Amino acid sequence: MTSATQQQSPAPLAARAGLLRSVLINPLGLVASILLSIVVITAIFAPLIAPFAPDDLQIFKVNAAPGDGYLLGGDGSGRDIFSRLVYGARNTLIGALIAVTVAAFVGVTAGLFAGYFGGRREVVMSWISDGLMSLPALIVLLAFYQSLGSSIEISMLVFGVMLAPGFYRLTRNLVNGVKHELYVDAARVSGLSDLRIIVRHILLVIRAPVTIQVSVVAGISIVIQSGLQFLGLGDTSIPTWGGMLQDAFANMFVVPTAILWPGLAISVTVASLVLLANAIRDRLQQGNRPAAVTGLPEAIAKPAAGAAPVDKDVLLDVRDLVVGYPDKSGWTEVVKGVSLTLRRGEVLGLVGESGSGKTQTAFAVLGLLSTGGRILSGSTWFDGRDIANLPEEDMRKLRGKRIAYVPQEPMSNLDPAFRIGYQLTEPMVTVLGISKSEARKRVLKLLERVGMPDPLRTFSAYPHQISGGMAQRVLIARAISCNPDLLIADEPTTALDVTVQAEVLDLLRDLQAEMNMSVILVTHNFGVVADICHRVSVMKDGKVVETNDVRRLFAAPQHDYTKMLLGAVLDDVTPRVYQPRSGRGVAA
Amino acid sequence: MLRYVSKRILSSLVLLVLVTTLTFAMVFAGADNVAQNILGENATDAQIAALEVKLGIDRPLYEQYGDWVVNAVQGNLGQSWTMGESVSRIVSGRLTVTLSMVTAAVITIGIISSLLGITAAVKGGWADRVIQVLSVIGFSLPNFWLGLILVVVFALNLRWFPATGYVDFSTSPVGWVAALTLPVAALVLSGIASASQQVRGAMIDALRQDYVRTLRAGGIRPSSVLFRHALRNAMPAALTVLSVQFIALLGGAAIIERVFAIPGLGSVTVQAALSGDVPVLMGVVVTMIILVVFVNIAIDLANAWVNPKVRL
Repeated sequence: MTSATQQQSPAPLAARAGLLRSVLINPLGLVASILLSIVVITAIFAPLIAPFAPDDLQIFKVNAAPGDGYLLGGDGSGRDIFSRLVYGARNTLIGALIAVTVAAFVGVTAGLFAGYFGGRREVVMSWISDGLMSLPALIVLLAFYQSLGSSIEISMLVFGVMLAPGFYRLTRNLVNGVKHELYVDAARVSGLSDLRIIVRHILLVIRAPVTIQVSVVAGISIVIQSGLQFLGLGDTSIPTWGGMLQDAFANMFVVPTAILWPGLAISVTVASLVLLANAIRDRLQQGNRPAAVTGLPEAIAKPAAGAAPVDKDVLLDVRDLVVGYPDKSGWTEVVKGVSLTLRRGEVLGLVGESGSGKTQTAFAVLGLLSTGGRILSGSTWFDGRDIANLPEEDMRKLRGKRIAYVPQEPMSNLDPAFRIGYQLTEPMVTVLGISKSEARKRVLKLLERVGMPDPLRTFSAYPHQISGGMAQRVLIARAISCNPDLLIADEPTTALDVTVQAEVLDLLRDLQAEMNMSVILVTHNFGVVADICHRVSVMKDGKVVETNDVRRLFAAPQHDYTKMLLGAVLDDVTPRVYQPRSGRGVAA
Repeated sequence: MLRYVSKRILSSLVLLVLVTTLTFAMVFAGADNVAQNILGENATDAQIAALEVKLGIDRPLYEQYGDWVVNAVQGNLGQSWTMGESVSRIVSGRLTVTLSMVTAAVITIGIISSLLGITAAVKGGWADRVIQVLSVIGFSLPNFWLGLILVVVFALNLRWFPATGYVDFSTSPVGWVAALTLPVAALVLSGIASASQQVRGAMIDALRQDYVRTLRAGGIRPSSVLFRHALRNAMPAALTVLSVQFIALLGGAAIIERVFAIPGLGSVTVQAALSGDVPVLMGVVVTMIILVVFVNIAIDLANAWVNPKVRL
C-alpha cells in the first residue's frame, strides 16, 4: 500500500529574459534603478559634472553657506561640497566594486567547489567560512591598517575576502539543492565532465540569488568603507563620502547641516541597492508566494442555516458545505457543497483521492482551515448547534473536549521541544481543568491503554526518542484524553509501517467501541474502510458522489467513480478476471 | 552534551590560534615605520634604531611571535608602545565600557525585534510594514551618520542628552543611561531591522508546523500555542541572529565610540591603528575573538537547552 506520493517537480525558473523588465515594472525597483544609474553616471563623468576640482580651496568659503557658486556650501577647508560629493561617488563606487568582485569571486568559487564535491573539502571550507564570519570585520581592518597602508582599495580587497562567506553559503546551498536534480544526473550519465555540468546547469540557477547578494554586499561595502574613512583611515587627500563626513564632524558645531549631504549620498545609494535586491527577490518568489488575502469574505452571504436536525441521534450534520481559499481572481472552492451525516457511535469513512477535498472538509468541521481558508456557505450542525464559522474562542472550547483530531504524520505533529508527558498533560489541564498531578496519573494510564510498553519512560521522552508508531499512539491518547464525542482521524495509518498500521487500526476500533465515540475517518484506503467503518462517503473534486452502508457500497457501488476506486483496490488483491465481453483478445 | 561543548571549545581554540597568528604576521609586518611614527619627523636614524631595539622589532618575526605567545599564554599581553601602560590594563579598563554599551544594544535589539517580529508574524498589518520599511532604512543609514544626526538633533538642538562622554554606571546610573541613550540608539537600528525580519520569519515557520494545528485541535489556548510552543521552536533562529548581531555591534562600536567620544575598546583600537601600536592591536584582537567565542558557545548552550535534539 503506497501513499500517494506527491511528486514535487522543481519549479522552473521564471522566464529569465523577463527578469530585468519585471524588476523595472516594480515601482520601487524602477526608482532604485534610476537612482543607481544617476550615481553611476555621476561617478563616471565626475569631471564633467562637478563645477570645481575637488581640491579647489577658497579660503573665504570655509564652512560657507550654500550659494554664490557653491551649491551646497563650502567644507571646513573652503572646498565645494557639491563637487566633492560628485568625485566622492567615483571613489566610493570603486571601493565597493573591489570588495564585491573579490567577495563574489572567492565565495562563489569556493561554494561551487564545496557544494559540488562535498565531503571533507566542504567541511574544511565551511569551517573557514564560519571562522571568517565570527570576526568583527571593522576591528580586523583596523588591526591590519598599518600593514595594508592608507590605500582604501587594499582594505576593501581584504574586506571582500571577509564578505566571501555570504556568497559561499549561498552558492553551496544552491548547489547542494540542485546537484541531485534529475537533469544534473542526466548530464552526468550522458558523459559530460564535472566542470561542464557545473558551468552549464548550476551557474544558471545561482545567477539571480547571487545578483541579490551582490547588491547587498555592495551596500555593506559602501557603509564600511565610509566608516573607515570617517575614522580617518585611508588616503585623506582623495575626496570620499566618508572623508567628507569626518570633515563635517570636525565642524559640526559650526555648520551642523554639512553632515547631511555625504550621509544622504551614502544612504540613498545603499537604499537603492537594497530596493533593487528586493525587487529581484520579489520577482523570483512570485511563483511560490501565497496570494494576498484580498476581497471581503464577510460579503459572501451565508445562506440561512436551516433548522437543527430533528433526530437527536445525529451528532454531526454537515449540509452543503463550501470551503474556499482566496486567489488572485476571488475564491477557489476546494469543497463544493458537501453534506454528511454522522450518528452517535458511528464510524464514517471519508474516502477519495488526494485533492478530493476530504481533508479540507475535516479541517472545516474542526474550524482549523489553513490561513485564508473559509467556510463560504453551508452549515455544520454539531450536537444541535451550527458551528460553521463559529468565533475562534467558542470553537476552541469545543476542540479537544468534544471534537478531537488525530493527524496523518505522527512525528511532525508532536512539538519537538517538549517532553511527551507535558504534551499530553497540557490539554487535560487546559480543557478539563484538572490538576497537573491528576493529569499525570490519567496520562500514564492512557499511555498504558494505547499500548505503550513503558509508560513512565515515554512520559519523560522527547518526540524524537520514540518511533513513528509510538508517536501515533501518543497522538491517539491525546485525542481521546478528554473523552470527545467526535474523533476526526485524518489518514491515521498512512504514514506508518504496514505491520504497525493494523495495530493502530485495532486500537482505534477498540477505543471507539469502548467510548462509543463517533469517528470520521479520512482515508484513501478501502482496506481501512472495510476494517473499521460503518458507513462511507466517497468524495471527488470537492463533492460527495456516493454515501452508503459499507457492505452495500462494497457489494453494489452505485457511482462510476466508486467502482473505479474499488476496482483499483481489487486489482491489488485478486487476479484480473478475463472478461470476454470486452471483445479484447487474450493476448492483448 | 559534554562532548559537544568540548568540541566547540576545541574548534574555537584552533580559530583563536589561527587568527592571532595571521593577525600577528599582518600587524607586525606593518610595524616598520612605527619607531619613526613615535619619534616624529626629526628623529635621527640612531634614535630610531635604538627604539626598535627597545621595542624588540629589530628581531626576526618568528622570534617576536614566540615571545608574544609565551607571554600571552601567561596572561601578559605586553606593554603599549604609545600609551605608556600595559596592554592588559588598557584592554580591561576599556572592555567594560564597550561591553556595557554593546550589552545594552543587544538587549534593546532582542526586545524590540522580538515584539515587532512576533506581532508581524501573527498579525501582519502595520508591524509587517514597519519591518519592511525598517529593513531598507536600517541597512542604508550608516550607524555613525545616524549617530551624528542624533547628536545634532537631540544634543545640540533639543539638549536632551549630552553630546559626548561616558559616565560609569557605578558613578551615576542616571548619567550612564543619559550618556548611552544616543549611542545605543544609533547602534541598534540596523540590528533591529535585520533581527526583526529573522524573528518574523522564524515565527511564521514555527506557526506553519503541523503540530501547531494539532495543538489547536486539542483545545490549547492561543497564548500557549504562541508563546510556549511556537516561540520556543522559533528561539534557536532568533538566538543565532543575536550572536551575529553581537559581532556586528563590536565592530559598530568602534565608530560609534569615536562619534560620542566614549573611551571604549573601539576608540582605543582606532587610536592604536592610526599610531601603529601593535601590542594594543594584538590585545584587542585576542580579546574580541575570546568574546565572540564565549558568546557563541553561550548561544549554542542556550539552543541546546531550547531544542532537545541538539543535546545529543
